[in-house]
Amino acid sequence: MDSPLLQLDHVGKEFYGNRVLKDISFSIGPGEIIGLVGENGAGKSTLLNILFGMPVISSTGGYEGNILLDGKHVQFSSPNQALAAGIGMVHQEFSLIPGFTATENILLNRENLNGSIMNYIFSERVSTLDREAMHSRASAALHTLGVGISPDMVVSEMPVGYKQFIEIAREIDRKNTRLLFLDEPTAVLAESEAEILLTALKRLARSGIAIVFISHRLSEVKTLCSRVLVLRDGRLITDVPAESLTTREIASLMVGRESERREAPQEIPDEPVETENADETLTLKKGGKKKKPKPALKVEHLWVDMPGETVRDVSFEVKKGEIFGIGGLAGHGKLGIPNGIMGLYPAGGKVRLFGKTLTLNKPRAALGRKMAFVSEDRRGVGLLLDEPIDWNITFTAMQTQGRFLFGIPYIFQLRNEYAMSKEAQKFIDSLAIKCTGPHQKAGELSGGNQQKVCLAKAFTLRPNILLICEPTRGIDIGAKSLVLNTLKNYNRENGTTIIITSSELEELRSVCDRVAIVDEGRIAGILPASSPAEDFGMLMMGQTHSEEGEQSA
Amino acid sequence: MIRKLFDIIANNAVPAVFIIISAFAIPLSGYSGTYLVQELITRIGRNSFLILSLLIPIMAGMGLNFGMVLGAMAGQIGLLLIYDWGVVGIPGMVLACLIGTPIAVLLGMFCGAVLNRAKGREMVTSYILGFFINGVYQMVVLYLMGWVIPITNPTLLLSRGYGVRNAVSLLGIRGVLDNLLPTVIAGTEGAKQFLSVQGNGAFFVMHLPFLGGAIRIPLATLIVIGLFCVFIVWFRKTKLGQDMRAIGQSQSVADSAGIAVNRTRIIAIVISTVLACYGQIIYLQNMGTLNTYNSHDQTGMFSIAALLIGGASVSHASIANVFVGVVLFHLMFIVAPVAGKNLVGDAQIGEYFRVFVSYGIIALALVLHAWRRNREREASRRSLRGNKGGE
Repeated sequence: MDSPLLQLDHVGKEFYGNRVLKDISFSIGPGEIIGLVGENGAGKSTLLNILFGMPVISSTGGYEGNILLDGKHVQFSSPNQALAAGIGMVHQEFSLIPGFTATENILLNRENLNGSIMNYIFSERVSTLDREAMHSRASAALHTLGVGISPDMVVSEMPVGYKQFIEIAREIDRKNTRLLFLDEPTAVLAESEAEILLTALKRLARSGIAIVFISHRLSEVKTLCSRVLVLRDGRLITDVPAESLTTREIASLMVGRESERREAPQEIPDEPVETENADETLTLKKGGKKKKPKPALKVEHLWVDMPGETVRDVSFEVKKGEIFGIGGLAGHGKLGIPNGIMGLYPAGGKVRLFGKTLTLNKPRAALGRKMAFVSEDRRGVGLLLDEPIDWNITFTAMQTQGRFLFGIPYIFQLRNEYAMSKEAQKFIDSLAIKCTGPHQKAGELSGGNQQKVCLAKAFTLRPNILLICEPTRGIDIGAKSLVLNTLKNYNRENGTTIIITSSELEELRSVCDRVAIVDEGRIAGILPASSPAEDFGMLMMGQTHSEEGEQSA
Repeated sequence: MIRKLFDIIANNAVPAVFIIISAFAIPLSGYSGTYLVQELITRIGRNSFLILSLLIPIMAGMGLNFGMVLGAMAGQIGLLLIYDWGVVGIPGMVLACLIGTPIAVLLGMFCGAVLNRAKGREMVTSYILGFFINGVYQMVVLYLMGWVIPITNPTLLLSRGYGVRNAVSLLGIRGVLDNLLPTVIAGTEGAKQFLSVQGNGAFFVMHLPFLGGAIRIPLATLIVIGLFCVFIVWFRKTKLGQDMRAIGQSQSVADSAGIAVNRTRIIAIVISTVLACYGQIIYLQNMGTLNTYNSHDQTGMFSIAALLIGGASVSHASIANVFVGVVLFHLMFIVAPVAGKNLVGDAQIGEYFRVFVSYGIIALALVLHAWRRNREREASRRSLRGNKGGE
């Protein structure tokens, strides 16, 4: 490797006193492919934002350290400057125009033009396009990638895999592109398509373009990249040749909470619920003997069209009285599962609740079967912000179970304000909701207290199954443990089956009996909460059980 | 396969319905073919330019430009001024265009700037904007003209001394463009008859022996419209046109590719407004009278209805849609009143029908558009999920 193309020197970034990147130093030579891996929130996107001069960086006070391109100090203040300097970026989402052909997309806003006299009067935007030259340029870019896509094919008619190639071809066509960042380029690709892409990337690197490959699929990182950089909690943990590490080692470096793991079990003072659940002794003992209690919830081949959280094909079983966790990286569909079961987004497949099929796509049906849901979108779906606490807590019970009302059903009913306030006061006391009283508006509460109101609303339904999304998102540490303890206690006292979906693995491991990890819209595996953290890490990184077997063998 | 067939039907349902209605109404009306063709050609000359001005905003993804009435008002101000100044004939029309252009450009820029703040709601915004500018126009015409803006010709003014009369006769420019190249298509008998009535040797007569009567062709107007079509075809091939198509399909992608989205959208509206201004001038030179306070009112509505009847949608429109639309919409205009009268003895039914239909068609097109967009969104989500999970 001769002189480095790009060099980062002690780069760091703080957002409002919150440190997200610290002391990042590495370099890339021409034609080199390096893999950049890290969990959600490890600082990958911040690093990219800095390199691309995204306005969000300069508007929050810039960054520390130096970035050198060709040995020269650079500081980009807009993405266009980065592009001009030869840094290309392929985003996770396609930025293609569906009705345009491959050629038109590859050359978007960089079309070849036929000059005309009109240019002198107006601007060069009134020149016509030189279709022939455009066609040959696009073919050349696609040829460099080594894929046989017709330049005249319309993007909307292409298979998903092709679209990724078009994106890359667009970057290649830029004359000066020397460094290419690929953010999860294989996430939407089938295995065979991903292979073609990797081959194409290797070809590209041979032509001298350096590539930074960001992926959660560690096996791909290992086959493609010469070096692997692991980011964790804003620090660069490792920068080593890819051959020197197994995927398992990379995964544990990413998750890297060896020390915390030992503490985690101590946080759970009790054994799994099944054995000591007082209320449900009968059913559980019967089931317990056979070691196979009847599942409370059985999900078969569920798919959910939740934007950004697509669920492709998910099957799992939740035992009665269990706390079941669903984890995984953001955008892989873990939130789609509870939202789909509750009927908030178009879904299909089969969901059985205590043996009986649940009607999908109808929130009312799910609520009628005594399922309660705490949404991750607390302020949007979870609460009526302009209404008082007692309304919020009793609203769903009133609507679906006809409680907190008096009068003649279906003919004339009034709210029972007294019963509503009493119920609200009960929860304000038991959950320690900080407020002026049951009549304070929900919108005026802090995040943690709002979350408690959401929980109270779910508890008021006296649910058989409680589905909770991101219970601790956006609330402070004190409230966090209170919320989690409340859930644990509720489970123990009432024997309610609880399904928690959370991005925080440690949280799931501390509360749940079993944790399922979702990867690319599918369940990668279900492990007992006591399993080591790197096992979960491996699942998140797209290593299913079978692959893992190969790796460790 | 079934979905494809369904799509074809859904895409062409509106023109098909109109063809069927016309097929019943034409024999009922009892009009001769020559008469119908004459009427249609007159109306193509009268209306096509206005409708063509709608195409560019649709290309830029801004939907149907209800704001074209802004251009129409600019054109009318030009016409009022040339009437006052006594400039007649082709120079009068050209001068009216020259006066209207800067007003239309300003109004277009204003409209574009407003629409950039109301992305995704362009149609309703431009519709209401039309009402707002109508208020400004009325203030100018009703109070400022003859008071702030000098108007010397007393026949233009209300008796109180300021403000323009409701009906202004545009005799000075009436038909000047239509008759610039006087042309007639006629059979041998028809030609003789026509020339004896007109008593004028200036007509260029094209003989079509099998034709029963004579059909006057507004040749110069049609040439102008033809040039406009050429302009649009050329415009689509330019960089600016390509940028507009890109923006029309995805603003965010176009923006990330470095296309100046807001500026381009303003340009699209400005072009449309200026062309609508010329369109209104051509329309009024054919009509020969200007209803100062009403002429522009329904320009937008009827042009949009015609375009939609021609098979266009909110997001896609072609030149062919324009001409199919003019023919079908106006064919119904012509035959429906008479057919209605012959059928139920009341001509009102036809008039009722045409208003009902134009609003109904616009409503239908908007509903179809929303429905289709939802379906597309659903399909794209499904494709994201992959085939494995779905059933």
